[in-house]
Amino acid sequence: MAEVNLRKVVKRYDDVEAVRGIDLDIADHEFVVLVGPSGCGKSTTLRMIAGLEDISDGDIMIGGDVVNDVPPKDRDIAMVFQNYALYPHMTVAENMSFGLRLKHYPKAEIKARIDEAARMLDIVELVDRKPKQLSGGQRQRVAMGRAIVRNPKVFLFDEPLSNLDAKLRVQMRIEIKKVHQKVRTTTVYVTHDQVEAMTLADRVVVMNKGRIEQIGTPQDLYHKPATRFVAAFIGSPAMNFLPCQLEENSGRLHVRLTEQIAFPLPPARVARYQGVKPGEKLLLGLRPEHITEAKAHAEPGVETFDAMLDVTEPMGMETLIYFALAGKQVCGRVNPNAGARDGEALRLAIDLNNMHLLNETTGAVI
Amino acid sequence: MSTLAVDKAGPRRKAKYGSMSSDRVWALRWSYFFLTLFAVIALLPPIYMLITSLKSSAEISAATNPWWIFHPTLSNYRELLSSNQFLRFFWNSAIIAVVVVAITMLISVPAAFALARMKFWGSATLATGVFLTYLIPDSLLFIPLFKMFASFGDWTGIQLINRWYVLLFIYPTLTVPFCTWIMIGYFASIPKELDEAAIIDGASWFQTLTRIFIPVALPGLIAATIFAFTVSWAQFLYPLVFTTSTDQLVLPVGITTTLIKGDVFNWGQIMTGALLGAAPPLIIYAFLMDYYIAGLTAGATKG
Repeated sequence: MAEVNLRKVVKRYDDVEAVRGIDLDIADHEFVVLVGPSGCGKSTTLRMIAGLEDISDGDIMIGGDVVNDVPPKDRDIAMVFQNYALYPHMTVAENMSFGLRLKHYPKAEIKARIDEAARMLDIVELVDRKPKQLSGGQRQRVAMGRAIVRNPKVFLFDEPLSNLDAKLRVQMRIEIKKVHQKVRTTTVYVTHDQVEAMTLADRVVVMNKGRIEQIGTPQDLYHKPATRFVAAFIGSPAMNFLPCQLEENSGRLHVRLTEQIAFPLPPARVARYQGVKPGEKLLLGLRPEHITEAKAHAEPGVETFDAMLDVTEPMGMETLIYFALAGKQVCGRVNPNAGARDGEALRLAIDLNNMHLLNETTGAVI
Repeated sequence: MSTLAVDKAGPRRKAKYGSMSSDRVWALRWSYFFLTLFAVIALLPPIYMLITSLKSSAEISAATNPWWIFHPTLSNYRELLSSNQFLRFFWNSAIIAVVVVAITMLISVPAAFALARMKFWGSATLATGVFLTYLIPDSLLFIPLFKMFASFGDWTGIQLINRWYVLLFIYPTLTVPFCTWIMIGYFASIPKELDEAAIIDGASWFQTLTRIFIPVALPGLIAATIFAFTVSWAQFLYPLVFTTSTDQLVLPVGITTTLIKGDVFNWGQIMTGALLGAAPPLIIYAFLMDYYIAGLTAGATKG
């Protein structure tokens, strides 16, 4: 097992820069998820760590050794692919043992490792089957088994759950987490699904256009996004962004959305936004769960207002509401018993204690 | 069956699907018509060959119904199969076909693997080029090739003209490009992740080829093998040009040159020889037909 370090890693295809100078340190035993929209360079980064793509510039280190020019087989890594990439002519056991057989491991040890991995992944009864006799979820388990038996320094996962249906994906997500808890191998996991990223990762790396937008724990990214991209990408339904300005009114800082609507900032936030120039174009970022039905008693930092609901989506444990505010469609989450109905008015509360203020031009969170 | 089910489903659905099913019926009728026509045209010559091979020379030249055998005889088969000359032709053909298949596979499988997978400068152009060479007909090539081998003999003193083994060098010019092309198509249809997985598992390029690609692409490999065998077995022009001595001849040339003496055609034995000569590819096809089709279609859609 080992740590993985990326130093100013660049990948150029002809004149297109797919990865633009990435610095990333992944600790031993850590589970790091690279997440971002398609084309953000996350898969390319993973493939560079694997050695399947050359590095145009920079250094990649595994276990402290620079591996830029080390072929994949000598990097001591194992990779799980989106389409499983099982060898179709081999049985499950042969698939799992292929790497070990190439390295001429003793037969007894190969068998022991396969047995252990098969037990861990609950595929003991499948070891003599061919891949085409397996379901998608079973194939994914075998692909993971093939990685586990190698006992590598680093696991690399390239969107391993994207080919599975929603229900199976949730199940396999838990399996992957369990496996990592058992084997504790340093893991780099690529996905475009922010839910997967949030649920699996010790730390999440959000990538966009070949750059790292933010690195942090799932909680950090959710509650303290650094940029508008991260704020919008993490969380579902996505964060609401409303154009606004700060203004001082009767000695208090207010966030003004429209001529009519302005909310006083909670006292705890005043110091943070003191430096913002009056009249600067800003965005108010609010997660849907911070727009709820108004409670009977007032709370500090929670402001109430009336909204005309356009659409409501009952989800069972909550109801999503959509309404227009400051010319934008806004999503909120209310209690299913709050009486939210399509086309009707509802008294809502916004929790400014959890607000984010962003610079509209740069997208940076202030 | 389907029309019946549609009828039961009620008038509205009948209107909707009725035209589609009658389309299908007509498509099938036309298919059957042309397939039958084609089968008849294709099968008439071999049937005629079979009929003629079972007749004596006297009956063949007699003015009787050519499609009927009045006095069936196996004498043509007996004579041919007991003739050392014929068995020599057969042996020459067989050894050449087998060796050419081996040479072809040894060259075209690694070549196809390299062209399909190991992206290098000019690999795409080279792949096209390989196929283009196949498009040059042998009737254009045989004179230059003859000159080349004759000159080779003059310079080195190693005489290859009029030796059966010269064909081992010549046939691959026909088989290698086409087989490489089939295999490129087949290898290209194998998901890229498969070789990446193998490489990460620690396989070298050679191990990836032998332990992953060849087993996975076995249908394509068999298709290529059958093609190479058929081409070498049936080749006529090159052996006609390059070999002349009776003991150096292959089957197709041997039959026509030894069984036609001047203007005397020994039709019974010619037909028997041709039928016996057609047997080995036929037997191979029959056993490997499914693989052959799977291989060819894979090459067709992905190549």
